[in-house]
Amino acid sequence: MAEVNYDLVVIGSGPGGYVAAIRASQLGLKAAIVERAELGGICLNWGCIPTKALLRSAEIYHTLHRLEEFGLKADNISFDAEAVVKRSRKVANQLSNGVKFLMKKNKIDVIEGTAKLGKPGFVSVEGKSGKSEIAAKNIILATGARARTLPGIEPDGKLIWTYREAMVPPAMPKSLLVIGSGAIGIEFASFYRAFGVEVTVVEVLDRILPVEDAEISDFAAKSFKKQGMKLITSAKVEKLDKGKDSVTATISLKDGKSETITVERVISAVGIAGNVENLGLEEAGVKIERGHVVVNEWLETGVKGVYAIGDLVGAPWLAHKASHEGVIAVERIAGVKGLHPLDVTKVPGCTYSSPQIASVGLTEARAKEGGREIKVGRFPFIGNGKAIALGEPEGLVKTIFDAKTGELLGAHMVGAEVTELIQGYTVARSLETTEAELMHTIFPHPTLSETMHESVLDAFGRALHI
Amino acid sequence: MPTNILMPALSPTMEEGTLTKWLVKEGDDVRSGDVIAEIETDKATMEVEAVDEGKLAKIVVHEGTENVKVNAVIAIIAEEGEDASAVKAPAPETKKALSPQPSSQKGEGEVVVASKPESPLPAGERKGPAAEGGGKVRGAAPTDTARIFASPLARRIAADKGVDLAAVQGTGPHGRIVKADVEKAKPGAPAPRPAAQGAAPAAGPAIDPRAFYEKDSYEEIPLDGMRKTIARRLTQAMQEIPHFYLTIDCELDELLRIRKELNAKTGADEKNAVKLSVNDFIVRAAALALVKVPNANVSFAGTSLLKHKHADVGIAVALDGGLITPIIRHAETKGLAEISTEAKSLAERARTKKLKPQEFEGGSFSISNLGMFGIKSFTAVINPPQAAILAVGRGEERPVVKNGKLEIATVMTVTMSCDHRAIDGALGATFLEAFKAFVEYPPSMLL
Repeated sequence: MAEVNYDLVVIGSGPGGYVAAIRASQLGLKAAIVERAELGGICLNWGCIPTKALLRSAEIYHTLHRLEEFGLKADNISFDAEAVVKRSRKVANQLSNGVKFLMKKNKIDVIEGTAKLGKPGFVSVEGKSGKSEIAAKNIILATGARARTLPGIEPDGKLIWTYREAMVPPAMPKSLLVIGSGAIGIEFASFYRAFGVEVTVVEVLDRILPVEDAEISDFAAKSFKKQGMKLITSAKVEKLDKGKDSVTATISLKDGKSETITVERVISAVGIAGNVENLGLEEAGVKIERGHVVVNEWLETGVKGVYAIGDLVGAPWLAHKASHEGVIAVERIAGVKGLHPLDVTKVPGCTYSSPQIASVGLTEARAKEGGREIKVGRFPFIGNGKAIALGEPEGLVKTIFDAKTGELLGAHMVGAEVTELIQGYTVARSLETTEAELMHTIFPHPTLSETMHESVLDAFGRALHI
Repeated sequence: MPTNILMPALSPTMEEGTLTKWLVKEGDDVRSGDVIAEIETDKATMEVEAVDEGKLAKIVVHEGTENVKVNAVIAIIAEEGEDASAVKAPAPETKKALSPQPSSQKGEGEVVVASKPESPLPAGERKGPAAEGGGKVRGAAPTDTARIFASPLARRIAADKGVDLAAVQGTGPHGRIVKADVEKAKPGAPAPRPAAQGAAPAAGPAIDPRAFYEKDSYEEIPLDGMRKTIARRLTQAMQEIPHFYLTIDCELDELLRIRKELNAKTGADEKNAVKLSVNDFIVRAAALALVKVPNANVSFAGTSLLKHKHADVGIAVALDGGLITPIIRHAETKGLAEISTEAKSLAERARTKKLKPQEFEGGSFSISNLGMFGIKSFTAVINPPQAAILAVGRGEERPVVKNGKLEIATVMTVTMSCDHRAIDGALGATFLEAFKAFVEYPPSMLL
């Protein structure tokens, strides 16, 4: 293998890395990918995919409790936590194998081992069979990130979990404290709540899902509270005292008081930290700031031929953002013309809780910054026939337009299946449609997507069904 | 896959040109950068460089062909290993390429210059969607039809800003114009001319003059590119622009005295000898007057006025069979010697047809001087996208009345043609007043 001089070596096979490798292969570059664990990275194995499998079980279980509403009956409804987890692992496995197949199909060499930057133009890999130096004209760092830990709430894997343990619970705990209300925290909160666990979420900012539009956060918060979730915002977990099979958390509240609660398990979901260590970055001259690799708009690190993408380079920490950055970096390497850098306002974000949350572009608050005049449309699921028929009347679609140009600045959704719907607005933003094209788009009836149309119409005072 | 070499657009206003000469033969190997042909445009003769490598499989347009539309296929390059002889001219495509081109609709002298004359738009970048795949993604590819591809948002912003989309180079997929492109573009020329008109070589006269003369009583000389352009642009200018004229007399005695002094001084120093002409003074005076009266330094852009930040002064240069107006950019920042040297160089290169498009496209004001022919005064047609032109007559000794006494002074009559959509009478007069002051007392040009 030493004699192969690769056009590209990708370090890390998550959704950023493996997509980059495939794109490289499509462009005629000889590519290799180095992975120290499972192909597909966190996303496929310990993130996006297995959690969606878990949440599907939760959703079905939840629906089973509503059977009578639909005229159906079942007795002895129960669950088998072990089987739920087992299915999730099976799904992850299947997809990891899928990546293996894709690598083979695209003639990408998969190198098992731990990689770091070697002397210029080389990646050194330490694998089972020893060390090797791989010649690489270009290198993409795609090592991803891991859960961030805060002092005083260090995960121990037993009582205090990260996403990793939270995904494979040996059994359902009776009570759970989730620290952090970003997408990861909220998804786990939603999953465990569906199986009857007493869930408390503590968020340091003044609302849950703080990156979302405030109105959507509020809507979701109400919904979660109705399901029996306890949400404490503007609060901080000061310390965790571990008992034998429980943890007592001291939480300081916004009014200066503090509260202690005792729970069986704690999930720490306070953000992520880039995997920047042991990559030989400093020696090579790659700059790191606040746990992330510094890159320019073309994902270049400043060291010739070394690029970095995905969670490693910073927020938004999303698989599809990593994939797209992988494509941009590779096309940059291949000299593809007409490239545009990634525009984060075109990156959709999804939270697969119940109800789901999805958004793209600017929140209302951000859109108003700089004195821009905007038009805001809203449409509730209750006004949508399909939502009523599905028994999912809880939801809201909010759209934000530039009053002057008609640009769709942002779209924010909460409700059933909104994670599948958001791409409509994402396409609209990518194609730079204005309200006029959206208004003239024919949405199929009856679908939840009609709420998207109505929200646009509402922004211009033309909503039909409200 | 064979690559079509297309007729390049050497300037934003170029619609067609004459393929004067092929410098390669069918079967020759060409490499990127090789000069393969010469093209005479409406204003200059340019060389065409190959961008792709390969064997010149077929010459589609033979040398000497006139009126070759921009983007028409002129030759085909076969890649290595391709059977060059098997390559046929893409007949239907050629036809298509002959239809009005988007580039032919480009307004005059705005933001995007399609290419430098030394490197016409690379043929490789002009591949249509068919060339997709294989990874070589084309850049902003001019489309093959008259339709301009722009996102709805880009269209709306362009309309608001008064940007002419035909003049904007798209950076989106397949050259689609996106928001960012329009935001970068300056509000430009008036709305694009309709395609049909844009492609018309020159509006022919309504009545065919040939009907009035015996066939052998004249020699019929076909219009060359320059003559066609003059005919089209000036017809358009006269029809579209509401002209009005302001005339003023300027006394030149002081200017002539200073000129003589300066020329005597610089003449002593052989190396830096610069012989200043009266026209050099006029250019500087006009530039400074434009700075002093900035509202006269404008272009009419349909929905807006473009107020230019610099005085880019064009000087009409008579050529054999036509004229051209090369531009002294930022003339307000240049001294007399610099203006003089630059004007000479531009005029010389204009006469040898060596001007680059960016040297004669655009500009914010023009000067046409017929003084050397003894013309006392005349009016000139505005040179779009500019809004004014100064017609300069001969400086001659004339009797003038000063303080009730008859005196002799050297007087020059100038007439400014103004685009009334952009410049009103009083504004034009204010400009001429400033101009006159500079001309009559040149030391004020030092202030």
